[in-house]
Amino acid sequence: MNLDGLLRAKLRLVKVIMKILSRYVFEGVLTLFAVLFFTTIILLVSGAPPFAAYYHIFKGSLGSWIKLGQVIQVWIPLTLCAAGLLYTFRIGLWNIGVEGQVMLGAVFTTAVLRIDAAKSMPMLFIGLSFLAGISGGAIWAIVAGVLKTKGGVNEIFAGLGLNFVGQGIILWLIFGPWRRPGIASMSGTELFPQELWLPIFPAFRLSPVGLVLALSALVLTALLLRYTHMGLNLKAIGNNRDAAYLFGLKPDRYMIIAMIFAGGFAGLAGSIQVAGVYHRLLPAISSNYGYLALLVVMLANYNVWITPLVAFFFACLNVGSIQLPMMLELDSSLSGVIQGTLVLATLAVYSWRIRGKMSGGDAAT
Amino acid sequence: MTELDLTILFAGVVAGAAPIVLATLGETVTEKAGIINLSLDGTILLSAMAAFVVALETNNILLGFAFAALVGGIVAAIVAFFSIYLNQSQVAVGFVLTLMTRDLAYFLGNSYSRLQGPQVVPLPVPLLKDIPFFGQIFFNQNLLVYFSLAMIIFCWWYMYRTPLGLQLRSVGENPRASYARGINPKKLQMMYSICGGLLVGLAGATFSLSVKPGWGRPQGAEGVGWIALVLVIFGGWNPIKAAMGAYLFSFLQVIGIYCQGWLPSVPAQVFQVAPFPLMIFTLLVMSLAQKESVVNWAEDHIRMKSILAFFSGSVPTSLGKPFRQD
Repeated sequence: MNLDGLLRAKLRLVKVIMKILSRYVFEGVLTLFAVLFFTTIILLVSGAPPFAAYYHIFKGSLGSWIKLGQVIQVWIPLTLCAAGLLYTFRIGLWNIGVEGQVMLGAVFTTAVLRIDAAKSMPMLFIGLSFLAGISGGAIWAIVAGVLKTKGGVNEIFAGLGLNFVGQGIILWLIFGPWRRPGIASMSGTELFPQELWLPIFPAFRLSPVGLVLALSALVLTALLLRYTHMGLNLKAIGNNRDAAYLFGLKPDRYMIIAMIFAGGFAGLAGSIQVAGVYHRLLPAISSNYGYLALLVVMLANYNVWITPLVAFFFACLNVGSIQLPMMLELDSSLSGVIQGTLVLATLAVYSWRIRGKMSGGDAAT
Repeated sequence: MTELDLTILFAGVVAGAAPIVLATLGETVTEKAGIINLSLDGTILLSAMAAFVVALETNNILLGFAFAALVGGIVAAIVAFFSIYLNQSQVAVGFVLTLMTRDLAYFLGNSYSRLQGPQVVPLPVPLLKDIPFFGQIFFNQNLLVYFSLAMIIFCWWYMYRTPLGLQLRSVGENPRASYARGINPKKLQMMYSICGGLLVGLAGATFSLSVKPGWGRPQGAEGVGWIALVLVIFGGWNPIKAAMGAYLFSFLQVIGIYCQGWLPSVPAQVFQVAPFPLMIFTLLVMSLAQKESVVNWAEDHIRMKSILAFFSGSVPTSLGKPFRQD
């Protein structure tokens, strides 16, 4: 009798677990299938062999240690930007200006590394340049934040406008004051002397400094958001601004704080791109990683620990699709199509489940 | 001599403004019904690519326009569907689509880059084009320019002078109340989102088949979608004021080209990004003009009051907050 009851309870537990599992697996499979279906159609429309394209993306991203190193190289700035966005999303801000914050970080870093004395004290100046990069990104974020809180300008338009301004500043520097002796070109400023390059793992051609910084940013973000008053307050304001205000919290101040974190991390990403990857300032220094990070965080459902995983997958797609122009004469923007479709499909499937729940709740009441 | 220059200048402004006017009108219609379609920047590129490719392949410009409008309508329908029927954030979906449609345009248009394609031919209006000064500016253009001019009047008339327009505004202001009056807000919002999307699609086609003919990466229409979104706010959600903003923007663009010639010492990059700080500044002025302290101060200054009135526009009350039935 007792055994029978235990067995029945066990069975019920297994059933519930199976139900949850099958739902998630089913939803995951459904989402992936939808994305694959859409992408395959796009590839067929453009007259390309779909399987060859997928194969090249896979082989181009995880096919060798060098490629994996490149993926991680993309993962670092993507994760840094995404970590910063967790703060701004939590308080309900759409920090679209993260792209420009990366650019300003890169500009400030370059400015410090171009100082003549830098060569003689490389360690000191690399350190300083990173601090400069963080401040650069933070300053750009504060501008957007103040425009929002004091000026009443929607942060989407403020941030977007500042992105274009940042791009203008970089182009102006590369073709103006910082142009290479001889000929100014889209290939960027002059390379820094070797002493000012971040050290790398030779096998991966990857800078451990960047990796350590990105991982620390993640851990720091997880701790701050979960275990501090600041994290709680950000969430409170994001969920109900008026209630938080009545509770004595100052939404404006916290918005600026969130923007400083987002801008600081983005600026750091810019520093790493300059000092660790390209060793110079390029027009495309931010490589759209800021915009992409917004998708990463959305797909991770604003979760700190899922964010790096999604960022890794997106980095694979980005690096892998570089093969497409070489191998199949396709544009590498296919990665963006896959990423966007993935987010949309996930949103659709997710909201379908919520919808089912809501109507179920309605029926019960 | 100066007169001739002015005619050319203003004719250029009117021609260059045509796609911006269409995109701005489309977004005004959509937002007036309560839906924000943030995907404009990508939609314009995707529809520009679609128009160019279809027109080139079929050698039929009209088909190119039809296809572009279809693309614009579909993207808008996705935004509206996610918001109205799936309860998702319009901003989130719109932003994802901004990036995705742009990448899709670059991907599918890759093999059509820098090809010579068909273009819209000028079609002067007989008699009207002989009106001194204005004739050359408004009636020595192509069909698209006339269409964009007509759409300004039509959108305003439809919104403010017809019963259907009243319904359109009511679902954007108070969907609950319009529901009580027997209107289906979901259906109307869906419909007007698609209508707005059609216009945005036509704007894209206007770029690739007339204003900046051809396709490439970059096409040259990048960033215009964001400008159009801001112009809707600038116009206070009024089609005529928004269109005026589009002409003002086009005017500044043309002036910028002249300035580059006059001031060769200023780098070209400064002119390229100049619209964007201007865009932020405009939004800042508009927002400050509506602050209580400023409004109170203006009460005592009659002239200031009328200036403020120009900058004040009423946001559709339910913009971005879709109707929930419970």
